[in-house]
Amino acid sequence: MENQTNEIAGQAKQAIKKETVAQVQNLAGEKYKYGFTTDIESEKAPKGLNSDIVRFISAKKDEPEWLLDWRLDAFERWQSMQEPNWAHVHYPPIDYQDLYYYAAPKSMADRPETLDDVDPELLKTYEKLGIPLQEQELLAGVKTRMAVDAVFDSVSVATTFRETLAESGVLFCSFSEAVQQHPELVKKYLGSVVPKSDNYFAALNSAVFSDGSFVYIPPHVRCPMELSTYFRINEANTGQFERTLIIADKGSYVSYLEGCTAPMRDENQLHAAVVELIALEDAEIKYSTVQNWYPGDKEGRGGIYNFVTKRGDCRETRAKISWTQVETGSAVTWKYPSCILRGDDTVGEFYSIAIANNLQQVDSGTKMIHLGKNSSSRIISKGISAGRASNAYRGRVSVHQKADNVRNFTQCDSLLIGDKCAAHTIPYIEARNPSAILEHEATASKISDDQIYYCRQRGLDAEEAVGLIVNGFCREVLQHLPMEFAVEAQKLVSISLEGSIG
Amino acid sequence: MSALLDINNLHVNVDDKTVIKGLDLHIKQGEVHAIMGPNGSGKSTLAFMLAGRENYEITKGEVLFDGTDLSTLTPEARAAKGLFLAFQYPVEIPGVNNMNFLRASLNALRRARGEAEMDTAHFLRFVREKAASLGMQDDMLKRPVNAGFSGGEKKRNEMLQLAVLEPRLIVLDEIDSGLDIDALKLVADGVNALRSPERAMLIITHYQRLLDHIKPDRVHVLADGRIARSGDAQLAQTLEQSGYADYGGEPKQIKADKASATDAGMVANG
Repeated sequence: MENQTNEIAGQAKQAIKKETVAQVQNLAGEKYKYGFTTDIESEKAPKGLNSDIVRFISAKKDEPEWLLDWRLDAFERWQSMQEPNWAHVHYPPIDYQDLYYYAAPKSMADRPETLDDVDPELLKTYEKLGIPLQEQELLAGVKTRMAVDAVFDSVSVATTFRETLAESGVLFCSFSEAVQQHPELVKKYLGSVVPKSDNYFAALNSAVFSDGSFVYIPPHVRCPMELSTYFRINEANTGQFERTLIIADKGSYVSYLEGCTAPMRDENQLHAAVVELIALEDAEIKYSTVQNWYPGDKEGRGGIYNFVTKRGDCRETRAKISWTQVETGSAVTWKYPSCILRGDDTVGEFYSIAIANNLQQVDSGTKMIHLGKNSSSRIISKGISAGRASNAYRGRVSVHQKADNVRNFTQCDSLLIGDKCAAHTIPYIEARNPSAILEHEATASKISDDQIYYCRQRGLDAEEAVGLIVNGFCREVLQHLPMEFAVEAQKLVSISLEGSIG
Repeated sequence: MSALLDINNLHVNVDDKTVIKGLDLHIKQGEVHAIMGPNGSGKSTLAFMLAGRENYEITKGEVLFDGTDLSTLTPEARAAKGLFLAFQYPVEIPGVNNMNFLRASLNALRRARGEAEMDTAHFLRFVREKAASLGMQDDMLKRPVNAGFSGGEKKRNEMLQLAVLEPRLIVLDEIDSGLDIDALKLVADGVNALRSPERAMLIITHYQRLLDHIKPDRVHVLADGRIARSGDAQLAQTLEQSGYADYGGEPKQIKADKASATDAGMVANG
């Protein structure tokens, strides 16, 4: 069953004038404050992709034979696959032979043991990005701490608070280390949620993935702090293919956050990640993303292609997985964090804010696959389009025939700014069990001249007005972010739309 | 005392149509003026022009607010100078909490005037006090700005904004439209509470009934884009008897509410 609704901006009653659109276009990359490059010597794999490159990456990481075989198998499958073209995005063909698949700061070759051994240039980079790599209280006076795994191009630079976490049995390290230190867990769970030939980009990732984070929460442990990974692409013409694996054992809880930025470059860069979450009986994983990859300039030059496969498996009874994403960056986004609700009484949630400005293109949403009885899911998607951007929500809610008493509630709201942008809502709903109760609500609205004028009459300038209105529109989702990031995300939402109105 | 608002020989075009054709008006601090007139006479145009709505083009004449040429100021700069327009149709802003809106507005005005922002605790107390004085429930502060408000609630919300933002010149654009007598009285009480020697008001209305509750110092009849007649509060009573027939309008109020709403709606959307 397919239900497609397209809401095009032009239909809106009051068009914002041409000058406004011109001002939108003035919003270029210069507002992007993470666009700097770190000048650091880097070791790269030879350009291009073949089985030797796969072997090179595996060897760099001293991987066991089984993992190399796994990669090579993925590579073989990838070669026979076709790049997907169903998404509502357009970009020139990617030359996969014109990319570097591995880049690491040379200083990381000696595998520094502690933060003191890490190249100060690298540490400075993270300082500049506002990412705390020293083990400190995150905010003065607030008793919240956050452990960080910092991934720079293809390697993890540092992971903080590991010892504190180890006291409660929590494993938090880079994926490469996990392969060495916890091979049994990696072997058991890797590819168990996103099989290596799941889709074109997942297969590519499975062949050439570099670093990412690994988390294991033992039974009945509530992870004592927020875990987070900060992804940074630095090198030019280099893809980032991170792999993250989070396992919450029975009755455990973890909240994890990832952030991403990249320098401003005229060339597009590929980021094809895979994230797998596994929640066992009564476990809960809360996964938040603040995606702020370089979006490209106002003409659409440069920016990251963000082609990501994220999926969580509520594998056992009463498991719960909650995705929250704030997507403000990237030139093209192709991303559908999903939940497989395998166990009975499982819960899946997806809260999303996706902003597309200038020539950004977003095709994002979620899949809720209901296999277990009494499983329920909730989807709240807030899409904002400005400039000449295109923003599509694409979602699938499917109910297996044996899954009795499934509940789903979906709400997709689109907000348009200006009259050259587009919003699309493409929900697929498949119910094979008559007891399912599925609700879908969708709205499309526009920031009207009347609203802006009203705010200005009360003293706010046009940008403050847009920030206020958009943050109001997103509030339901912002509330689901960890408190420390809600404020930051709120600012990011406003910054991403600066100049989008006259 | 010099005039707070000086309008001299004003001509205003909306969408290339001349709506105001040589209007003179002078309002001093502490004064309350009423502008009455038939539909289409330019009442709402005057209100929107004062508050800086786009597409309201001054082709001739001038508008001075406290000595400053208003046409050089953005809408938000006019607000910062103390000009407030209470809308005939207050705009709904879904998702934006009334309290946050008020706070953002107040602090934007304070910043523009070089004053310190009001901190949260102080602000909460301040707003609750103002709301209580208008007989408003706290829950109205938590609801999104005007979204799902009844006509009466919207007008009261405008009064709350007035009370919180404490402007120097208040323009009330047909705030009586769509109100029953009880709601009208509440709104009028809110306005009367704000009368002060430092503050001036311009009340735009089609009907005399509002002026039973807010007593103006001067009443002007606007007809075909200019002031056709001025007088004291008694003039409003006279109009109530005779209607606007002498001013190119209907003989007396017939289907008046509906007609008035349509008229202003067209102007507002122009």
